[in-house]
Amino acid sequence: MDLVIEIASWGLILTGSFFIMVGAVGMNRMPDVFTRMHAASVIDTTGAGFLIFGLILQAGFTLVAAKLVFILLLFFFTGPVVSHALAQAALTAGVEPILADDRRPGHQATPDDTAGRAEGVAAEQGEQPA
Amino acid sequence: MRALILAIAMLGFWLALSGHFTPFLLTLGVLCVIGVAALARRMGLIDAEGVPIELLAPAVTYFPWLFFEILKSAWAVTRIVLSPSLPISPTMTVVRASQRTSAGLSTYANSITLTPGTITVGLRGDELTVHAIVREGADDLEGGGMDARVRRFEGGK
Amino acid sequence: MMFAAATLAILAALALVVSRAILGPTVFDRALAGNSVGTLAILLLAVVGFLTGRPEWLDIAITYGLLNLIGTLAVLKYFRYGDLAYDDEDGA
Repeated sequence: MDLVIEIASWGLILTGSFFIMVGAVGMNRMPDVFTRMHAASVIDTTGAGFLIFGLILQAGFTLVAAKLVFILLLFFFTGPVVSHALAQAALTAGVEPILADDRRPGHQATPDDTAGRAEGVAAEQGEQPA
Repeated sequence: MRALILAIAMLGFWLALSGHFTPFLLTLGVLCVIGVAALARRMGLIDAEGVPIELLAPAVTYFPWLFFEILKSAWAVTRIVLSPSLPISPTMTVVRASQRTSAGLSTYANSITLTPGTITVGLRGDELTVHAIVREGADDLEGGGMDARVRRFEGGK
Repeated sequence: MMFAAATLAILAALALVVSRAILGPTVFDRALAGNSVGTLAILLLAVVGFLTGRPEWLDIAITYGLLNLIGTLAVLKYFRYGDLAYDDEDGA
């Protein structure tokens, strides 16, 4: 039984570490602040979630586990607030997102440089469907 | 009623964080909890929005569903980040939310933000402006599956 | 052993995120990176607490989490209004 828990928490912690690395790499690969936010939210939700679940398995049924649950809940309730505040602040400050497709009424992907880059990205996607 | 539930929740939180169970400290904790509950009541914070006890029961089924959604979209974003060509097609779209209460609306907006790959940028009336990292993410939201799920959550199911 | 592996992963991620904070280019990239540094610091505190056998560090992690939220929001508000005590009537 102990061995099963040990292996499970190994798996969870390593999966969490993997998602944390993916988020950090994504933050460096993405082209603009809005797309970087998506990468950062992988760290905030999945990476932190798996890692903390693994730690909870290590801690067993103790107060330490309760504190870990509080940290997880803190992430899940404050994470979206910060992301939303960042996105809205960036938008109102005039940071134009790189878009391949703009479906907001009154907006169109204008044929300037940023839209050109977005079209390039979209074309890439057309060649290599995910 | 709501004040009592708030007090019990705060007491549980305090006990879990302190880990001390001597009579003196317990008395102090209970006094503090009563004081804070009274303050919250006086500030008018105790209403369906501040202490949403109606949402506790539906949360039991909603959160596992949300975790599963987060896992699915996190895996999608992971594949995008790790693929050498970085196949993104960032999309801004406007989604109509059908929730009636502000708690339901903010649950919907925060659930969208919490799933990697979609972020709620703005909220005006019942229209959410959403930024998605690929077109498919925006298509899913426009399909309204999550909207319907949050409406059931808000309705107490 | 697995805590050491997780610690290494978090430290590597921290290095990447800090490089994003240095590269920018906009202030919002830096604020986002700052917030992620906070998240990773919390996870690092939790994992290192287990690594050294002292889970009491979790209290610090919780406090850091609360401060991280407030700190990021304060930075955003400052760059939006140029003032932390913004008042509508004054017009910043």
